[in-house]
Amino acid sequence: MKYLNYFKMTIPALSRNESFARTAVSAFVSQLDPLVSQLSDIRASVSEAVTNCIVHAYDGKDEAGKITITAKINEDTAYIRIKDNGCGIEDIKQAMEPLFTTKPEEERTGLGFAVMESCADKVKVSSGKNKGTTVSLTFKIVKKEVL
Amino acid sequence: MNVTFTRTDELLSARLYGEIDHHTARDMRMLIDSEIEGTLPKSLILDFSGVQFMDSSGIGLILGRKRLVEALGGGLYIKNTKPHIRKIISLAGLDNLIISERSK
Ligand SMILES: Nc1ncnc2c1ncn2[C@@H]1O[C@H](COP(=O)(O)OP(=O)(O)OP(=O)(O)O)[C@@H](O)[C@H]1O
Ligand SMILES: [Mg+2]
Repeated sequence: MKYLNYFKMTIPALSRNESFARTAVSAFVSQLDPLVSQLSDIRASVSEAVTNCIVHAYDGKDEAGKITITAKINEDTAYIRIKDNGCGIEDIKQAMEPLFTTKPEEERTGLGFAVMESCADKVKVSSGKNKGTTVSLTFKIVKKEVL
Repeated sequence: MNVTFTRTDELLSARLYGEIDHHTARDMRMLIDSEIEGTLPKSLILDFSGVQFMDSSGIGLILGRKRLVEALGGGLYIKNTKPHIRKIISLAGLDNLIISERSK
């Protein structure tokens, strides 16, 4: 498929990059003029996926861990991919269950995937034990001028 | 400062500023907890009027403080949430904690 535009960036798994990552993706997708509320959805979803890389994939301690974010757009759709090379997820179905968390002691509530699912049109997770994790988010763009 | 406090009688109000994510939640948590422990309020109100962004880390922040004030015999309430923040709060099933300015 030929895209209108794309970008790719790799950042270290530092918590201060959570804000940078969601802001960068949101700025990139802005060129399609989505509704402000959809940009909020995109920021929240990217924030969840990137935070999961930092907190879970690299267990909050591997600051050398890398997160690669790719965003591709065509006229009416944004495809965003967040990839890590961390510990991976053994049981994806269970991980995506609302309120399931492996870190309740750190005030995690198991709602990250639930936020992504309620914000994005499609959420796809590929992972396996020690295989890293890739989260693919699809947003059908709702343009400002339509309303 | 990303949290400011006002106190009247048994009510502690914490006004949060900026963006709430995993990176910023830790500092907010420490500030709020030390204020709760120092003042032992009956009610804690989290005022979100200055919050521009929140993800599931904010839910952890709310629930953790709720547990703390409830353990002290009090309650936690939320006010002034923008629509996209309310969406996350609803998803967590915490709508019942939201109070409107007037019904305080
Ligand atoms: N990138 C990842 N690498 C490894 N494990 C992951 C990754 N993302 C999610 N997980 C696993 O899936 C679980 C659920 O993730 P989810 O984001 O829904 O909740 P959480 O991060 O535990 O809590 P919250 O997002 O509400 O703070 C996590 O507890 C973790 O075990
Ligand atoms: Mg999460």
